Amino acid sequence: MRVGVVTFPGSLDDHDAQRAVRLAGGEPVALWHGDDSLRDVDAVVLPGGFSYGDYLRAGAIARFAPVMSALVPAAKGGLPVLGICNGFQILCESHLLPGAMIQNDHRTFICRDQRLRVENAATAWTSGFEQGAEITVVLKNQDGQYVADRRTLHQLEGEGRVVFRYVVEEGGRNPNGSYRDIAGITNERGNVVGLMPHPEHAVEEGYGPSLDGLTFFRSVLSSVVNA
Amino acid sequence: MGNVVVDVMLKSEILDPQGQAVAFALPRLGFHQFTDVRQGKRFVLTVEGEVTDEVLAAAREAAETMLSNPVIEDVVSVRAQSRTGHLNGVEPQA
Amino acid sequence: MTQGALDTVAAAASSPEVEQPWADLGLKSDEYDRIREILGRRPTSAELAMYSVMWSEHCSYKSSKVHLAQFSDSTEAMKEKLLVGIGENAGVVDIGDGWAVTFKVESHNHPSYVEPYQGAATGVGGIVRDIMSMGARPIAVMDALRFGALDHPDTLRVLPGIVAGVGGYGNCLGLPNIGGEVVFDSCYQGNPLVNALSVGKMRIEDIHLAKASGVGNKVVLFGAKTGGDGIGGVSVLASETFDADGPAKRPAVQVGDPFAEKVLIECCLDLYAAHVVDGIQDLGGAGLSCATSELASNGDGGMRVWLDRVPLRDASLRVEEILMSESQERMMAVVEPGRLEEFMAIAKRWDVEATVVGEVTDGKNLEVFWAGELVVDVPPRSVAHDGPVYNRPMQRPAYLDALQANVPDGLARPADGEGLKAALLALMASPNLCDKSWITNQYDRYVMGNTALATPDDSGVVRVDEETGRGVAISTDCNSRYAKLDPYAGAQLALAEAYRNVSTAGAVPLAISDCLNFGSPEDPGVMWQFAEAVRGIAEGCRTLGIPVTGGNVSLYNQTGEEAIHPTPVVAVLGVMDDVARRTRSGWKEPDQVIYLLGTTADEFGGSAWTQVAHDHLGGLPPRVDLDRERRLGEILVDASRDGLVGAAHDLSEGGLAVALAEASLRNGVGARILLDEVCERDGVDAFTLLFSETAGRAIVAVPGDEQVRFTDLCVARGFAHARIGVVDDEGGALDVQGQFTLPFAELRTAHTATLPAIFASR
Repeated sequence: MRVGVVTFPGSLDDHDAQRAVRLAGGEPVALWHGDDSLRDVDAVVLPGGFSYGDYLRAGAIARFAPVMSALVPAAKGGLPVLGICNGFQILCESHLLPGAMIQNDHRTFICRDQRLRVENAATAWTSGFEQGAEITVVLKNQDGQYVADRRTLHQLEGEGRVVFRYVVEEGGRNPNGSYRDIAGITNERGNVVGLMPHPEHAVEEGYGPSLDGLTFFRSVLSSVVNA
Repeated sequence: MGNVVVDVMLKSEILDPQGQAVAFALPRLGFHQFTDVRQGKRFVLTVEGEVTDEVLAAAREAAETMLSNPVIEDVVSVRAQSRTGHLNGVEPQA
Repeated sequence: MTQGALDTVAAAASSPEVEQPWADLGLKSDEYDRIREILGRRPTSAELAMYSVMWSEHCSYKSSKVHLAQFSDSTEAMKEKLLVGIGENAGVVDIGDGWAVTFKVESHNHPSYVEPYQGAATGVGGIVRDIMSMGARPIAVMDALRFGALDHPDTLRVLPGIVAGVGGYGNCLGLPNIGGEVVFDSCYQGNPLVNALSVGKMRIEDIHLAKASGVGNKVVLFGAKTGGDGIGGVSVLASETFDADGPAKRPAVQVGDPFAEKVLIECCLDLYAAHVVDGIQDLGGAGLSCATSELASNGDGGMRVWLDRVPLRDASLRVEEILMSESQERMMAVVEPGRLEEFMAIAKRWDVEATVVGEVTDGKNLEVFWAGELVVDVPPRSVAHDGPVYNRPMQRPAYLDALQANVPDGLARPADGEGLKAALLALMASPNLCDKSWITNQYDRYVMGNTALATPDDSGVVRVDEETGRGVAISTDCNSRYAKLDPYAGAQLALAEAYRNVSTAGAVPLAISDCLNFGSPEDPGVMWQFAEAVRGIAEGCRTLGIPVTGGNVSLYNQTGEEAIHPTPVVAVLGVMDDVARRTRSGWKEPDQVIYLLGTTADEFGGSAWTQVAHDHLGGLPPRVDLDRERRLGEILVDASRDGLVGAAHDLSEGGLAVALAEASLRNGVGARILLDEVCERDGVDAFTLLFSETAGRAIVAVPGDEQVRFTDLCVARGFAHARIGVVDDEGGALDVQGQFTLPFAELRTAHTATLPAIFASR
């Protein structure tokens, strides 16, 4: 099972995503932003980082890369795609997912171990989780505040397309001001998932807060096998 | 050689943390008259010849497809800037 | 573009009487005369610019060279693992299995006072480029920051910007920040210190050096375009002390672009892998002047440069400005003509601009042309290596006797258990010991997936080889209050602390890098402090058997007459066969037995308690015993390797009490402590045992069934050790029996409230 991981200029967690795929039992395939071929992979990960330095807006320039001209139609056709952090930003800029990310409400970069609740265990990337499960993954970003207009939010909630929500303590706030505490969403079909936190940093004992990230990658491997 | 100036602002319903930070800081410098601040982006696009209607139309399209994210931003103006630095109907800073 | 009247070599030779602004450029008259002597004529303006920048304190180390020579005086044992020593961009050590690691710590102090964000950001950028230029992939960064008083308005001005700059640049490069220091002391009010460290890895055969050899080889400038950044920054900023009203000048500060540097990193690594680079140098302080003269000087021929081929961001720059520009994210490579095409193809793949700007010649000089005219013709060594050497006057400061005589013995001490508890809470809430998460949460510690340990543990540990687990541990330390009381001892204590921190994680110390931050070398008292500190480090390294691989000196850190405390920051790097065995600083498993290693004496000079409780600085710092530190280190490394300890934490500021509190807070697991036996054994009271800062001590948590094997390690080295308590995961407190019980809620509140109260604006 081959999972492509795209490297844009400025991508940072691409090697980490490749490691996660490998540890989950898949074969990572490096995809170059400048090639318009997906090399026949079974799924694609858009990794975290600062593609193009986050210039203009995070993900705004990467979205026009040649590889995206192959990815967008493939995603619309059902190819499983996971956008992590900057990858999520690129998916939103490409309109494969609705909404957008702006600066964290407290205006600083934040790196922390973050508890999330899995609210949709039916997507290609979350099928291995129990509905409602709480997991701990790494959150690290500057522009992680998810915003969308009321109509979009209504639609996402109504259609059960909120995949992850930040677990917030009684009387507390989510770590970046995201509307409705949304940490990750999916498209109508459930094959494209974007989230701000980093599952690829929760895959190896001693190098992350948990091993919960492995389930993301195992889910897609089994969903492709069963496809 | 001509310039087209494009102004992009966050939509009014979107929280602007940077603008808020500035609004917070101004009174500390003695400016008490400003009740709100919103921060945006200004792009200056340069063309070889004159700024024609076609150039303006192209700039507007570029603004709507790339310079702004329509989910969260509005293109509030697209204007030619003359050689003296005047924007159509706008006085340049002294 | 026009340059106005170009001051060529020919023009200089035929107009010896022309007045030149050497004083404005920071040169002394004897230095100017020497330049005329070297060239046999007056220098051209471009040459004058080059010499002025390269002979500045920051670039030439003219005040410190005579003292730094001691660092090169190494024994054979010290050189065993040293692959590249002092004199290159960064030192390189052999960590085993064919892996080499390069690391260095460097300062960017004055720019960070002027423009906190960019000063700190470009500080990180600069040190990372030094690491890259050795042929390495950078794998981590650390930052040692020193500010004035926490509640001073100027600290509020500089701290958030500096932290945002360190984070903004490092995070965007994709380098985990694995540790560092944050220290507050009013002596740094007008002179905050930003010391940035980077570490990189490569296979031994991939080490690259900065030399230009091979006649006909091309000199390629690649990376960002050259603009007016930081013109004269080096000589003007670093050799100027700020006057009391604030930064009088606002010279052009360098502006960084971390995305450009990230792309440069990947491009360089591909270039190295393709073996198309013969020599490589990064452009930092003094920009092109430095890169060209150093490459030529280290090589075996001369160099010819066509300056008009340098890609410019600003076409109005003059020849002198181009040579002095400190535009960031630029590198210079020496490439064989036959490999040039491949070089260019790799650069193109990464959209990195690369231009042939020169070639290696069979002459002796560095020649620079502008539009066919010769504007620089100098012996490169005279610029890069044979700069002025000062033997500045030194004198033990007059205040020192009184300062050392002002011992802390008479200061009022807590009388009972409640007093001890209050003292500990005050220390844990104090600026230097409080929780630093508000700062460190702005740094990405996870990127690259190889961070085995990071702050607040004792050292940062990074895995180098994913298959074997081989990795390195690094710690940066300096207690400048100790150094003010006794610079020799203080410097050795900084070395000892970093050595101890690395051993505590389970790594074998291998080498050091140093960043020496001092006041004005024109003050004989400061010069004496500097000489003493360097002597302390040099002798300490010889005793411990680990070499100095390189480092940095930052002088002129003073506002008016007030110099900062002498601040010799020492970074120690150690190696671990398998980082999976690294020892964490906080205990977790219940029922482990807590041991205190090392004896305690009444030593409060310069201690945290005297600062927090009495705002006192006086007496002597704790005694240095490097042999004891070495034995302690061996015990901690062996214990880690053999899996005999569940946690280990070294003792430093705040002594045993703070170490116990920190080890408990780490995982929220408490302890029950009983001090009586040790008080009796060492002849000290509870207060002294809890707060004295005697060096060479650590606490460890030992699983019950490993005690015998662990104590055997100590006995074999004749090292004092004593049971002082047990880990207690039920009490929710740090309980010092017979004295006080400190519940976590109270401890945590005190510890975590301090920084957010000042900096978090919501």
